[in-house]
Amino acid sequence: MTTTVRLQREAFDVAAEVERMTRGHSDVGAVVTFTGLCRDDENGKPIAALTLEHYPGMAEAEISRHVEEANARWPLLGVTVIHRYGRLVPGDVIVLVATASSHREAAFAAASFLMDYLKTRAPFWKQVETVGGRTWVEAKASDDQAAGRWSVPPPRHEAAK
Amino acid sequence: MRLLYFAWVRERLGKAEEQIEPPAGVGTVGELMAWLAERDEQYAHAFENAKVIRAAIDHRHVRPDAAIAGAHEIAFFPPMTGG
Repeated sequence: MTTTVRLQREAFDVAAEVERMTRGHSDVGAVVTFTGLCRDDENGKPIAALTLEHYPGMAEAEISRHVEEANARWPLLGVTVIHRYGRLVPGDVIVLVATASSHREAAFAAASFLMDYLKTRAPFWKQVETVGGRTWVEAKASDDQAAGRWSVPPPRHEAAK
Repeated sequence: MRLLYFAWVRERLGKAEEQIEPPAGVGTVGELMAWLAERDEQYAHAFENAKVIRAAIDHRHVRPDAAIAGAHEIAFFPPMTGG
C-alpha cells in the first residue's frame, strides 16, 4: 500500500494528489476522495475565517495509526491524508482523505472510517472569527457517534503489504 | 516532564508548554490535573471542568486513570474539532 500523511499550512492540488495515487497503479479500480472545505458559517452565524491549531508530532502519529488500522480492515492499495493548519478562509480546502482499492466498497468504507476518526481523535482544534470575535468550535456529539459505529471491527482480511 | 497545552486550555493558562516535576503522590493523569488546578487561579480556571479535558502521553490518547510514571510529554486539550 502507498501511504501519504501530510500536515501543512499551504494549499494543495486535490487532483494532483489523486493522480499520484493512480498513475502507474493499474490494479486500482476505485478511488474515493473526501474533501473538507472551510464553510462561511458556524451554527448559522457568518464567519470570516477559521484557524486550525494542531499538536505537531501527535497529529501525524495519530493519523498514521488510523491509516494502519484502515489498512488492516480493508484491502487498500493507497491512502492519502492531507490536513492543513493555520488560518483558512471560506472556500479553502481543509482536509483531503483519498483511498484507493480494487473495488469501491473498501474505498468508500475506509474513507468514511478515516474521516470519522480524524474528526474525533486527530489533535486539531478550530477557532472561528466572526464579527463578535474569536471562538473555539465545540465538538459535536454526532461526530462521536459517527466514530463509534466503527468500534466493532469487521473480520480482518490479509492486509496487502 | 514536559507539559503541553492546546486551544482554550493554552489560552486560559497563557502558555503553550512548561517543564514540571509533580510531587510523589500524583500518580495519574487525573491526579495531575487536580494538582495543577490547585496551583493558582489561572490553573484553576483552565482545569475547572476537568471532565471535558482530554489528555495524551507521549503522543497517545490516555484516560484520566493512566499512570504518568515514565512520561516524557503530557498534553492537555479540549475535545478535538479537526477534519
